[in-house]
Amino acid sequence: MKLNDISTSVPKKDHKGKVSGQLPYISDVKVENMVYGVLYRSPIAYGKISTIQLPNLPAGYEVVGSEQIPGPNYVKIIKEDQPIFASEWVNYIGEPILMLVGKELNTLYRLLNEVKIEFEEHQAIYTLEDAIYRKSESGVTMASYEFGESLEIISAIEHGAHQIIEEEYDTGYQEHVYLEPQGMLALYKDDEIIVQGSMQCLYYIKNALLSALACGEDEVRVIQSATGGGFGGKEEYPSMMACHVAVAARAVKKSVMLVYDRSEDMVVTTKRHPAKINYRTSLDKDGNILSMCVDLFLDAGANEGLSSVVLQRALLNSAGVYKIPHFHAKGFVLKTNTVPNGAFRGFGAPQSFAGIESHIGHLSKQAKIDPLEYKRKYLVKQGDPTITKGNFRDPVLMEEMIEDLLYSSDYKKKKEDFQRFNQQNQRYKKGMGTSLFLHGCGFTGSGERDHIKATVKLVKTKNDHVSLKISNSDMGQGILTTLCKIVAKELDISYEQVFYPDPDTKEVPDSGPTVASRTTMIVGKLLERAARKLKTQWLSGVEQEVEEHYIHREMIPWNEKTFTGDAYPAYSWGVNFVEVEVDTLTGNVRLEKVYANYEVGKVIDERIMKGQIDGGLAQGLAYGYLEKMTSKQGKIQQKSISDYGPPTSLDVVPIDSKVFDNPYTDGPYGAKGAGELTLIGGAPAVQSAIENALQTSFQQIPITPEVIINSLWTKEGEEG
Amino acid sequence: MITFTLNGRVVETDAPATVRLLDLIRDDFELIGTKEGCGEGECGACSVFVNNLVQNSCLIPIGSIAGANIQTIEGIIETEQFKILDESYSVAGGVQCGYCIPGMIMASAALLSKNPHPSETEIREGISGNLCRCTGYNMIVDAINLAAQKGDGIWQKK
Ligand code: FES
Ligand code: FES
Repeated sequence: MKLNDISTSVPKKDHKGKVSGQLPYISDVKVENMVYGVLYRSPIAYGKISTIQLPNLPAGYEVVGSEQIPGPNYVKIIKEDQPIFASEWVNYIGEPILMLVGKELNTLYRLLNEVKIEFEEHQAIYTLEDAIYRKSESGVTMASYEFGESLEIISAIEHGAHQIIEEEYDTGYQEHVYLEPQGMLALYKDDEIIVQGSMQCLYYIKNALLSALACGEDEVRVIQSATGGGFGGKEEYPSMMACHVAVAARAVKKSVMLVYDRSEDMVVTTKRHPAKINYRTSLDKDGNILSMCVDLFLDAGANEGLSSVVLQRALLNSAGVYKIPHFHAKGFVLKTNTVPNGAFRGFGAPQSFAGIESHIGHLSKQAKIDPLEYKRKYLVKQGDPTITKGNFRDPVLMEEMIEDLLYSSDYKKKKEDFQRFNQQNQRYKKGMGTSLFLHGCGFTGSGERDHIKATVKLVKTKNDHVSLKISNSDMGQGILTTLCKIVAKELDISYEQVFYPDPDTKEVPDSGPTVASRTTMIVGKLLERAARKLKTQWLSGVEQEVEEHYIHREMIPWNEKTFTGDAYPAYSWGVNFVEVEVDTLTGNVRLEKVYANYEVGKVIDERIMKGQIDGGLAQGLAYGYLEKMTSKQGKIQQKSISDYGPPTSLDVVPIDSKVFDNPYTDGPYGAKGAGELTLIGGAPAVQSAIENALQTSFQQIPITPEVIINSLWTKEGEEG
Repeated sequence: MITFTLNGRVVETDAPATVRLLDLIRDDFELIGTKEGCGEGECGACSVFVNNLVQNSCLIPIGSIAGANIQTIEGIIETEQFKILDESYSVAGGVQCGYCIPGMIMASAALLSKNPHPSETEIREGISGNLCRCTGYNMIVDAINLAAQKGDGIWQKK
């Protein structure tokens, strides 16, 4: 099939294998001489291991722990603070201490029960509030940044202001619930360990293994197997599992499989960081914003992991899509003795957008202006500076996107209708809410240039088949299809002639991790360039190979110390409108209608884009009112899917979505990132819709039925 | 020894009666299309037909299936119904990571066999026991709707 318009959908490359169930995920793989691993995990939140007592192990069963690690005992991510196997201190409930390996899982579980470890317990930090209170104690603040207008100037402005509004906003955990639980297999060979599994970032894993095994480049190899959803949950976490199975395989000289069951996965793997955000905004007598200060705190859990980078993105989005005069922000990553938090679609931005959209919405009430009207007064335009003195240099289509939704949703009339409905109905209340948001595409600042340095390769065979050699994972988002389309179109060959074999570090260069909405824009652009190069050299019937390397477009240089410059090369944009009906008796929220407009440069495949919109929004909306995870004394309370409550088919409604064209020069065919953007607007839109229905304000997500009922009681109390 | 029919073949096993049907299918019969997403009856990834009714195989001890007729996704791949669903899921864009999909296909086939022309609400109810974290369900709902239209007349015959 020749591709005419790049946006026209094509059959997905992996459709057959997936629809028939015959494409193997890691738990479907069995190899000769394979043993399973199970982990003994810390039952306490903070303390020192004093004694370890192992049961008598039957033949063929072995224990693997920190002594078996050939290299240093940490998972190489950013900081060296995450042990592969805790050997002295434990820092959270669920932290791996040792692994039992052997043939039968049932026997392993029985033996696990017989392991006896004694601890000397210490006083743990269980909550973010506690960590904020103790943030100056040693080791509690793991990272912090501060930038923006000087505090002296702000304090002078506040002095002359008509009013100062302070709000404290809380966001909860979010759990990925990728449908395929985490799984990793290490294949043992005398001269090589091959680690295969569900993952987003092959070279993160490879680098972690090189460190843990203290071995040479050609002694480890990482292969991605079909990945049943990632959403960020398979960004850094799999590195630890890879270290576990690889160290074990080395130690017992057998292939080792580690697959989590759902409850283990829910309790011990990374989640979206809970956050607390404080806003302090000064207003003039008409409710116009004079200045704003934001303090943002992220609960990292027990290890730093990627938290400092998550904090950067959270801070970079702390003013939302608005041009706020005299803006100042600071943020902290704080340690608690709870399960480490990590990457999740949006990467800090969903917390910030939930917060700022909520705050701006509440300010509009002070100004007695419709929230959307108020937001539009502050909307950034092309050429405006960013909060870090960068620049929004490309056209911004937000006004068109908003106008379009005002029209298609019949916003004004709806709001009046709802008001009438609410006056006539005691029990059910309807409301309409909006959210405006953006997402910076690619790594923050100069990350692509300084850290990732992506390389891609195209290999052509004698029969003129072209293969993509890149280290990026298809985890469901569809890059097997979209990236092949880009190459096919650029080479002007048929889509069926282009292949994307399972990435294997022995075969592919490091084109970077599959994160940060960078794959289409950055890797796709490199592939487009590589294809163009191959085309000029094309010799039919001859084997050929081309390579391309990342080229940085210099803008206003990013400075991580001062937090100034262009944080991102480009931004994708979105507007969501949501209509809800709230049952004031039960507190249940029912979505009635969802409208969504996006601008992602250029769509590479319309159907795949719609899949990203529907799936991302379902997660984003649910983050605002359905999905609730809590930790008590360091223990995650929701161990099963139904305890946690991700949306089912009955919770979601059809989504009326549109994507606006606004081609971006440095993206393939003009494409920018899209995967994370779609999640970000869900929660703030649902919050403002619920607020509109109940004529009240919330300072947190998720807004569960319990939160709603409590607020109605409080309101009743106040109204006497 | 437990004897039952698996995808049209009479088979037997001497595995203990408490073994989960899911494990038996996957480990002993090496049929990988039936997936485990939760092991607790909450996600539907492990859906199979037991005497033509869709069930979560992770909740079924094999002791209870003596004499039963079990069908997994592998057992329906050759059917006309599957072909229609396959095509509809492709056209509607219902497949992302794919992990929920075999279970969804089983639930879709079960729904359409019972109700060849379901309404949108009936479709949503029909797949409400099957979790999908990627798609937000709408394109799966579209796929089932499409399969109902395209497969007009084929759902009733067994
Ligand atoms: S694995 Fe059986 S319902 Fe989830
Ligand atoms: S397609 Fe990934 S869970 Fe449904």
